[in-house]
Amino acid sequence: MKLITAIIKPYILEDVRTALSEAGVQGLTVSEVKGFGRQKGHTEMYRGAEYVVDFLPKVKIECVVPDDLAQNAVDAILQSASSGKVGDGKIFVSEVSEVYRIRTGETGEDAL
Amino acid sequence: MLYKILQKYILSFGFLFFGATSALIAQELNSGDNAWLMTSTALVLFMTLPGLAAFYSGLVSQRNVLSVLMHCFVICCVVTVMWVLFGYGMTFGETIGGYMGSIGPAFLASVSLDSMAGTYPETTFIMFQLTFAIITPALIVGAFVERIEFKGLMLFVIGWMILVYFPVAHWVWGGGWLGDMGYRDFAGGAVVHATAGVAAIVFAKYLGPRKGFPRTPMPPHNLPLTVLGAGMLWVGWFGFNGGSALASDGAASMAILVTHISASVAALTWIGIEWLKFGKPSVLGVVTGMVAGLATITPASGFVGPLGGFMIGIIGGAGCFYATQIVKRRFEIDDSLDVFPVHGIGGILGLLFTSVFSSEQFGGLGLGEGVSILDQLHVQILGTVSVVVWTLIISYVLIKLIDQLVGIRVSEQDEIDGLDITTHDERGYNLDNLR
Repeated sequence: MKLITAIIKPYILEDVRTALSEAGVQGLTVSEVKGFGRQKGHTEMYRGAEYVVDFLPKVKIECVVPDDLAQNAVDAILQSASSGKVGDGKIFVSEVSEVYRIRTGETGEDAL
Repeated sequence: MLYKILQKYILSFGFLFFGATSALIAQELNSGDNAWLMTSTALVLFMTLPGLAAFYSGLVSQRNVLSVLMHCFVICCVVTVMWVLFGYGMTFGETIGGYMGSIGPAFLASVSLDSMAGTYPETTFIMFQLTFAIITPALIVGAFVERIEFKGLMLFVIGWMILVYFPVAHWVWGGGWLGDMGYRDFAGGAVVHATAGVAAIVFAKYLGPRKGFPRTPMPPHNLPLTVLGAGMLWVGWFGFNGGSALASDGAASMAILVTHISASVAALTWIGIEWLKFGKPSVLGVVTGMVAGLATITPASGFVGPLGGFMIGIIGGAGCFYATQIVKRRFEIDDSLDVFPVHGIGGILGLLFTSVFSSEQFGGLGLGEGVSILDQLHVQILGTVSVVVWTLIISYVLIKLIDQLVGIRVSEQDEIDGLDITTHDERGYNLDNLR
């Protein structure tokens, strides 16, 4: 099983969610996060006091999928979240050693 | 003008609680005047609660939002109690040498249903003037937000009202020496804005900056709240300046007109400068410029015409804009919400330019008989310097004294954690779904 973590632009979330569902992903977790990458931040000005804002708001989505679904899910995100501009975000894929469904105690891919 | 009407108002007996009775020259009740003044009373209280409270609390960080709202509410309550006990007498009682009013009986015992102050009940006058006494110390709150010790704040308000507000209001409006001299302060450029502004910068200088100032960003936590409060201030100011005519007449209407013009022009001036200097007009800029225009027109509002309102708007907008840049950036004084640059400088500029724009040459409603612009300017400078110097010295001594007594600044850890939790055991926002 793979954990797919993607950092994306907040406004594109609905498109990504739709694309992932179509790719067969059963569920995902979404968090509002802040960070910086090559996009850099912006400046804000309050009564002449300039503040550099380094951390921009992003959305982090996480989903765990069976190994054979992982590439489809990644492709779905790549297609739906890309605007072609700096700041579209990143996708991280990592191994997941075990999964449990809390309600039934099922484990492994049955629990996804 | 205020003081002329107040001269008719006599509190017999003297200084102490000798059961003085107010013997007013009762005029016939004019229900129109009374209705407008009662409306103005509500408008001016609305400026503080919730106008100023919202305006200020949006500008601080989210861990101090409640503390600022609390300051405004508590100041309202404390000043009200003081007003009823002795503040009204100290301000509007029979003058003692032009410096202070006789206190008269506590709990306003001499006031009855039939007591008149001019063409309206004295109770209306008491309430109307009380709302001015409330907003003045509330304006100072902007200087010491996010680090003030609550006990110290309460003691400061009590001491400052007794030593600064009540006396200065008496000098100008209560039959005191400045009013007698022909000093022109229609609705509180000196009494309200200059005193609050000067006390603010003294307080900020004494207290020292917030931790991290000026390197750490301290952006407003909720600008929409600030804009909401600013809008309430604008509306409330119609009662502040319009009500200060103490009648429902042409002077009141003209005051509202010039007030409105000045606010609009100052707001445009402020964002215009921002646009040229920083490249973009800002929301905080448009509301700050508006407040600057309102503060600057305040002393002039009953004396100038539309042209004066327009010019004073430009002067207030530009003058206060540059003052904010100098105080925070150059002097690095953390007058956190810019009380001095906006209210102090605005009030003082308004007081000085009242002399010019009162003149019929500049579309004003006229200076006194045989008084030239320069004569009036001389009086305006003398009066304003007196008020500023008095406020500066007394505020400093008072703050230092209170600091020795109970402390004036919270601990560094409390400042980091925020006053909402450390002083009040509450949080302003519980918006997440984690319990």
